[in-house]
Amino acid sequence: MAHFTRRKFLQVAGGAVAVSSIGFPAIVGAASKKVVIVGGGVGGATTAKYIRMADPSIDVTLIEPNTEYFTCFLSNEVLSGHRQMESIRVTYDGLKGHGVNVVHDTVTDIDAAGKKVMTSGGKTFAYDRCVVAPGVSFKNNIEGYDEAAMKAMPHAWKAGEQTVLLRKQLEAMPDGGVVAIAAPPNPFRCPPGPYERACQIGMYLKAHKPKSKLMIFDAKEKFSKQGLFMQAFERHYAGVIEWVGADKGGTVTRVDAATNTIYTGDTAHKVAVANIIPAQQAGAIAAKAGLTDDKGWCPIDGRTFESTLQKGVHVVGDASIAGPLPKSGYAANSEGKTCAAAVVALLNGKEPGDPSLVNTCYSVVGPNDAISVAMVYDLKDGQLSKVDGSGGLTPKDSSPEMRAREVQYAYSWFENIKKDSWG
Amino acid sequence: MGCTKKALVALIGSIFVAGASSALAGPSAKAMADTCAGCHGTNGQSVGPASPNLAGMSAAYFVESMKGFKALPKDAGHAEDARPATIMNRIAKGYSDEQIEAMGEYFAGLGVYKASVPHDAAKAKTGAEIYDKGCAKCHDEGGALASDDAGILAGQWLPWLEYSMQDFQSGHREMPKKMKKQVEKLSDAEIEAVLHYFASQK
Repeated sequence: MAHFTRRKFLQVAGGAVAVSSIGFPAIVGAASKKVVIVGGGVGGATTAKYIRMADPSIDVTLIEPNTEYFTCFLSNEVLSGHRQMESIRVTYDGLKGHGVNVVHDTVTDIDAAGKKVMTSGGKTFAYDRCVVAPGVSFKNNIEGYDEAAMKAMPHAWKAGEQTVLLRKQLEAMPDGGVVAIAAPPNPFRCPPGPYERACQIGMYLKAHKPKSKLMIFDAKEKFSKQGLFMQAFERHYAGVIEWVGADKGGTVTRVDAATNTIYTGDTAHKVAVANIIPAQQAGAIAAKAGLTDDKGWCPIDGRTFESTLQKGVHVVGDASIAGPLPKSGYAANSEGKTCAAAVVALLNGKEPGDPSLVNTCYSVVGPNDAISVAMVYDLKDGQLSKVDGSGGLTPKDSSPEMRAREVQYAYSWFENIKKDSWG
Repeated sequence: MGCTKKALVALIGSIFVAGASSALAGPSAKAMADTCAGCHGTNGQSVGPASPNLAGMSAAYFVESMKGFKALPKDAGHAEDARPATIMNRIAKGYSDEQIEAMGEYFAGLGVYKASVPHDAAKAKTGAEIYDKGCAKCHDEGGALASDDAGILAGQWLPWLEYSMQDFQSGHREMPKKMKKQVEKLSDAEIEAVLHYFASQK
């Protein structure tokens, strides 16, 4: 990339962003170390923060359309009424405090050869390293589930308006109605999410609509933490929650939003509330930028999270294919730190070190009752791998006392990961 | 002690920065320690409500805890040493003893962090007197002295202090003899007061 172009860009962009760019003066005249991050979810935010913490001489710009973000994690507690939207809301003020230049705009394309990012606001951002954290987008695997249908049958799989909409529908439904959750095929964001959601909605129904029922229609034959969830369904929601696996005809193939009807093959189910979670792929910008494989996800190098398809572009979070790591918030946070360390090393002419990653995921399944899964990962023969002997699930015979503690640790996870990612 | 620790941390730091030389040596202490932050806070400074702060605890205490978590619970060979846990027993098994020691040195080098923990001031006041008589010898400086290797109790989140004491009293976690002698003298209310005292320490 021509030095002239970059400097010219800095001059142009500087005028627009100088007010919020604490790191800017240090960059002028220094060897260029410029990172552009696309997306302000867990992965993007964590990467931005940890780059700045490790090397404040690196100029970090994070481009995100929204001025606030609602975490998917614990948004299920909003559905049960146990939590308010405000508690899952984060802003970008914390990142600005770390000297991250936060730009609210939508990235329309990434030119990996020319090392620049273009936005719908008409701006161009040059970079030395780009980090893409676009989350997920939805596939059209369910007939009739279009933009309009999403307003009648919310997915609530990106927290925010959709979460509020689903909550309102639950509040408005009559006692005795059926709530349906259409659970997506693998791979998808937050593998235990639909089943924790069933528990949270189950809690609400038991307390406020005791004659109601919740059906989980699943496109899979098995799911995350299945044994523990089945125990929880039995323990708290016998006669309320029913799970129908794909092998029992659970796959939702079509919806009719006008009549609130969902179809599993030829069988119609008219329901009071339909929560449709479609099949997923990497966020749209990933495909546009040539970062996705034929399945719609982004292959990466496990040491640096650099795309194996586009040099100089890294992908973290749900969009990446991070070996055995699940598409979870904690994994995205851990990936962001790994990517940050690699980017800092590379921009300083050093070889990135070996990564170490963790996933920890809690599901709150009832009053004072949570379960969890955890795993430690490292690099073996160049591949991200589970560390033998580590991790696993809450034991099936875990005591009520220990499961009550897991709720408090779930809330600690939530508060700390919010602060660690955006704070 | 402080000097050695600092030197060690500096050494670990330099290995991390060197990068190239650590590429063959497995993940750096910082790379591993940073993975804890999602539950224990950035740089081991927890915002609660239950996960304990890790910042500033002595390496010896960190290592003893992690090795306790690593020991299999309900395994006859380990029953005495195993530390009860919800999730840490699953996570600790992902690290070698050497990696645990490196993480221990890393957190020890961060400086003690005391969180602002909601507590009952009256209980904390009562607890202060009990602390002076029964706890101060081993948990010096209000539970804020790392080098006593008895953990950092000052400014720790109250639920974690409570869980820890429950595990000690139920026999799931072995109490040091001196601690047992003191704890047995105390009523439930007095123990609660002491925990509020530790939580209140700023």
